[in-house]
Amino acid sequence: MAEVLLKIEGIHKRFGGLHALNNVALHINKGEIYGLIGPNGAGKTTMFNVLTGLYTPDEGTFTFDGKDLFRAPPHIVVAGGIARTFQNIRLFHEMTALENVMVGRHIRSKAGALGAILRTKAAREEEAAIEAKAWELLKYVGIDDVAHERARNLSYGHQRRLEIARALATEPKLLALDEPAAGMNPKETEDLKTLMEKIRNDGVTVLLIEHDVKLMMGLCDRIAVLDYGKKIAEGVPEVVRKDPKVIEAYLGAAHS
Amino acid sequence: MNANKKLGVFIASAIVLAVLPFVVGSTLGNSWVRTIDFALLYVMLALGLNIVVGFAGLLDLGFIAFYAVGAYTFALLGSPHFDIHLPFYISIPLGALCAALFGLLLGTPVLKLKGDYLAIVTLGFGEIIRIFMNNLNAPINITNGPQGINLIDPIQIGGFSMGKTIDVAGFALNPVHMYYYLFLLLTVGVVIMAYRLQYSRIGRAWVAMREDQIAASAMGLNIRNIKLLAFALGALSGGVAGGLFASFQGFISPESFGLLESIMILAMVVLGGMGHIPGVILGAVVLTIAPEILRDVIGPLQMHTFGRMIVDPENARMLLFGLAMVIMMLTRPEGMWPSKRRKAEFEDAKKG
Repeated sequence: MAEVLLKIEGIHKRFGGLHALNNVALHINKGEIYGLIGPNGAGKTTMFNVLTGLYTPDEGTFTFDGKDLFRAPPHIVVAGGIARTFQNIRLFHEMTALENVMVGRHIRSKAGALGAILRTKAAREEEAAIEAKAWELLKYVGIDDVAHERARNLSYGHQRRLEIARALATEPKLLALDEPAAGMNPKETEDLKTLMEKIRNDGVTVLLIEHDVKLMMGLCDRIAVLDYGKKIAEGVPEVVRKDPKVIEAYLGAAHS
Repeated sequence: MNANKKLGVFIASAIVLAVLPFVVGSTLGNSWVRTIDFALLYVMLALGLNIVVGFAGLLDLGFIAFYAVGAYTFALLGSPHFDIHLPFYISIPLGALCAALFGLLLGTPVLKLKGDYLAIVTLGFGEIIRIFMNNLNAPINITNGPQGINLIDPIQIGGFSMGKTIDVAGFALNPVHMYYYLFLLLTVGVVIMAYRLQYSRIGRAWVAMREDQIAASAMGLNIRNIKLLAFALGALSGGVAGGLFASFQGFISPESFGLLESIMILAMVVLGGMGHIPGVILGAVVLTIAPEILRDVIGPLQMHTFGRMIVDPENARMLLFGLAMVIMMLTRPEGMWPSKRRKAEFEDAKKG
């Protein structure tokens, strides 16, 4: 039996009259690649934002790695070990690639204003360590050759990779990727797939939202399907693919 | 720039700064040394505001309030008003601390605000402080109201006071000279503080927050704390400058801390190059010195060409100043000496 890393139960999230998440429960095991799919407007991104602290759920429970993260603010969630990327890439555009990753180290370092002003030995050493780690991560995702470029000037594929490196800089136990393959060509998608497998093999659990069902089927260990704010299926890809409810959600009732 | 050249520039500017008050004093008169002293105070203020506006991207239109808090703290702790006479090395840090506390006081309610909303609240905050200073003379007289506080102690180091001219080996050392060196010392301190903050974990967090607050919080940055830190550290240098101002002037009143002063300091930051320390210093110096030059030029120029005063020099000065601002913002909105990053931001914005 695999060890459970993240577990939510009975999660509700309402926006006014819209019940975006309705009694959703799911768990993610340590070391797996877990996929979240569903038609447009199914509540995937809402779910994602709840899991990363950007939205506070109305009801439910949320435990991660033994900690209670229900309604925890984002910086607590990140400190707890969940890092994310964004569907519409949100880098710090005028910072260099290296600086972007260095920002990701913020939560794992602690030099304060006084340390910075006095430039204490501890602060200098920490700063050097931050930079070294950032270089290491840029190499890891394969974009260290553009370390000093401003993020805005990077190619789309590089920006995606940079966002992953920045998220990895927070030393997550769970890396949550919001449609990382959106807008990528087949070659880039294939490279991304390799990168995600590498990340998983290095001990980081991966949560993935993706439209590219084919990619999901080949990559994920388990998949959950959301529709109208409810989880309608969960399991290994082969089973989920054949689930009549899933086919109905995607293709309409007539096909089932 | 290589290390040798850097050292050369450093030594040259050190020498220039060291002899500047004597050269200016003997050629242009001591009133100009006084202007330079004020320029240094404004450099400190502008660098403080630059932390809030330039680094963290929080528009603050009430920055003068922290200057006022620093000045009043110094004045109350070193004047016949309460008959307390604390030495400056206690009252200036205390003033800075008080200002930083007021920074937190302002920062806390505005955590969720940005842009114009933030500007309006900070503007209100600045006015509240000024109005308090103006009215805290009853029922208990704390600030002495609109009359202000007079006879504030000059800074005293050991036995000698910076308020009186002294003779050093035949040299007449004026108060304006002595204060110049003190201000210079502290300005250098503030510059170093601003530089080190900029290139630190904290400085990076400010830039990240300025660029994309949601992404920054998703990276684990505690937005509340780093915002409050920006307010407090900005206010801190404002408070130091305020204490120095009080001792230098010997007199303060609420009139010195009006909205126009806040706008002036913001103009220094924006005109110099927001977020770029050399630019901000340049902005502060230019905007302190230029009006003084205009004051000396406009009057005589009118007398010479028209034979009489057509526009009151004081009005003409503001008119020209306003015009310069408009032209500057139209032609060079990134400031006189922007950082590379800020310049790129403006270029990207232009491209759309």
